[in-house]
Amino acid sequence: MESYRSHVLICGDTGCNSSDSPQIQEKFTEELEKNGLTNEVKLIITGYHGLCELAPIVIVYPEGTSYFKVSQDDVSEIVEEHLLKGRTVDRLMYHDRDSEEKIPYYNEIDFYKQQERIVLRNCGYINPDSINEYIAQGGYEGLAKALVEFEREEVTEEVIKSNLRGRGGAGFPTGEKWKLAGQEPAEPKYMVCNADEGDPGAFIDRSILEGDPHSVIEGMVIAGYVIGAEIGYVYVRAECQLAVRRLRMAIEQAEQLGLLGENILGTGVNFTLKVVEGAGAFVCGESTALTRAIEGRRGMPRPTPPRSTEQGLWGKPTVVNNVETLACVPYILANGADWFTNYGTPKSPGTKVFALTGKVKNTGLVEVPMGTSIRDIVFDIGGGGIQQDNEIKAVQIGGPSGFCLPEDKLDLPVEFDTLDDAGAMMGSGGLVVMDEETCVVNESKLHLKFIQSESCGKCTPCREGTKRMLEILERITEGKGRSGDIELMKELGDMIINTSLCGLGKSAPNPVLSTLRCFEDEYKEHLENERCPAGVCSDLVKYQIVPDNCIGCTACARVCPVDAISGEKKQPHEIDPDKCIGCGECLKKCKFEAVVLG
Amino acid sequence: MSKLKSLEDLKRYREQAKETIKARKTNENLLIVGMGTCGIAAGAREVLNVFMEELNKRELSDITVTQTGCIGMCENEVLVGVKKQGEERITYGNVAPEDVPRIINDHVVNGKIVNDLVIGKPQSK
Ligand SMILES: Cc1cc2nc3c(=O)[nH]c(=O)nc-3n(C[C@H](O)[C@H](O)[C@H](O)COP(=O)(O)O)c2cc1C
Ligand code: SF4
Ligand code: SF4
Ligand code: SF4
Ligand code: FES
Ligand code: FES
Repeated sequence: MESYRSHVLICGDTGCNSSDSPQIQEKFTEELEKNGLTNEVKLIITGYHGLCELAPIVIVYPEGTSYFKVSQDDVSEIVEEHLLKGRTVDRLMYHDRDSEEKIPYYNEIDFYKQQERIVLRNCGYINPDSINEYIAQGGYEGLAKALVEFEREEVTEEVIKSNLRGRGGAGFPTGEKWKLAGQEPAEPKYMVCNADEGDPGAFIDRSILEGDPHSVIEGMVIAGYVIGAEIGYVYVRAECQLAVRRLRMAIEQAEQLGLLGENILGTGVNFTLKVVEGAGAFVCGESTALTRAIEGRRGMPRPTPPRSTEQGLWGKPTVVNNVETLACVPYILANGADWFTNYGTPKSPGTKVFALTGKVKNTGLVEVPMGTSIRDIVFDIGGGGIQQDNEIKAVQIGGPSGFCLPEDKLDLPVEFDTLDDAGAMMGSGGLVVMDEETCVVNESKLHLKFIQSESCGKCTPCREGTKRMLEILERITEGKGRSGDIELMKELGDMIINTSLCGLGKSAPNPVLSTLRCFEDEYKEHLENERCPAGVCSDLVKYQIVPDNCIGCTACARVCPVDAISGEKKQPHEIDPDKCIGCGECLKKCKFEAVVLG
Repeated sequence: MSKLKSLEDLKRYREQAKETIKARKTNENLLIVGMGTCGIAAGAREVLNVFMEELNKRELSDITVTQTGCIGMCENEVLVGVKKQGEERITYGNVAPEDVPRIINDHVVNGKIVNDLVIGKPQSK
């Protein structure tokens, strides 16, 4: 049996790989060898850790000391100081922003301290390529319980009792969905895992697959057993190569141990799991489009009913569940529904993972109990705004077709029904923080542009309506808006929502309509005064020089790429508005606060 | 790998698998080896490795071996601390690889302090 006195965990996630995690791994191997520690210290490559901007993260056990932003040059110091001499390398530890105190253990950092990690508990802690580590953490116990100790119906009842709701966006009760498919007489049945995750900027499902693939496999087998499916598919984007590789490896290992395949754990239950790599279109994440894509057809939504649970893959009863939903299932079975409902709120038990991005200090993945307020996520975990003096003005929740919530709504808890009642939605878990330097009109334009390009084109309101809306937004941000444009967008938006076939069209106008609700003034500034208050829309940004502040140092004139600035040395300068392209270089350059946004 | 055929198989497999992540579980029972410069010069690495081997041989998994820097008693290196749950930390000095089985057997397993090696003990005793 292998025995090492120390384990060094290095994050090998996509995020970290794009920093120089592979080189750091190599360097560690080298240094350990050089110091004769190869037999004493084991290197483990883990999945996602969460605190992206401090990546790569290296954790040394058994002490659990965490080092951040480790560079190749730091490796020899960690090996010599920590592993050889037992002294920590303080300069690589996390330093508390306010107290400047160093914090040796990552779970004591504010970012992690306030989180409740159920779904992500193995991510960054175990080697995703090792089924032994997953089993050591209690993995496949939920499956064993489900297969050996429970009747099929009891498993369904347990999941219904846990009140687990789909994390893919709609929040449909998972147990109820399984029950519906289980009751269908048609055979065979199929189990599908939706790992399409098309939101730009979302990386929740990918991170789970990369960091803890067995949890998804285990959830799939349990679901398959409950509904009576012997074949399952994981639909994942081909571009997520690391996730695909880890998943395939995990499937192979589970098959070797008899936890997947035929006669699972000697119970006579069979379940085969296949990975389907998709080309990756946003609309393929919609469940009816997804099943078509798996069949090899074009991923286009179809009208429902019939629901997938009645007629899904190849017209047979099919359950489609999201990655995060499935990753919750093993823990519910292993620990019981009552354990799960201890977390979160009665109507939305458990936790939810969010991808926190935008103008916030700590970006990354956070997992919190349902019911936590958005404010707590943004300020306590996220550390607040990225720039001290900038006020956070809104948060976009739910991805590119999600809702914009203004600052005074941030006390809303993340909970399916409360968000619905407030006219927003949980969505897939994207949280984008906006501050005064974010232009909501521009933001809505970018979201709509994405959605519009992803429309499958089947229905006119979605295909043409979003295009019209985009045109209006484009002209507003260019200063060519027309009176009545705001009313026109509201009208178009309502029409698209009411007449589109699938969720893509039905939600496409959300960002525009929700920002119009609380930031109509900002639209009007663009429209009526041709001004972008946030200074983002370059066609509307006008720079001016305040003559009283200008000492005529000529610095601005020298950086201006289009020679828009003129003036004698030591005399106030002037910007020619017709030439100025609004690049902002002069503003950055001027040390005398003479350049201002007009 | 052979297939797991029952719940019992899985449980047995899990017990073994736990070894793979043992070094990541910080235990209530700690064995601390001084690995300052002088400790290393005095042979701390070897002592540490013998501890690991011995614990493994005896399949003791509820104790974590960790290391510390110089604690200012360099003349007594190799220094080894044993801190069991709910008890005060005992420090042994001048520990040689031969002493390891005694420390493990007497102190770690049977709770009897190896008096002739002790150099640091809580004041009260
Ligand atoms: C345009 C569109 C895109 C979607 N993309 C995803 C996706 O990427 N991943 C996902 O799990 N669900 C996505 N959904 C939701 C799925 O249709 C479905 O509700 C979900 O996969 C069901 O799983 P759950 O019950 O576990 O949440 C999308 C829906 C729409 C309308
Ligand atoms: S609403 Fe849009 S994406 Fe959905 S089916 Fe219609 S055209 Fe396609
Ligand atoms: S940099 Fe500022 S002070 Fe100097 S000339 Fe330009 S506006 Fe005037
Ligand atoms: S904003 Fe750019 S283009 Fe305009 S005056 Fe300043 S430097 Fe020149
Ligand atoms: S992935 Fe390495 S810490 Fe984020
Ligand atoms: S830290 Fe590795 S992905 Fe963000």
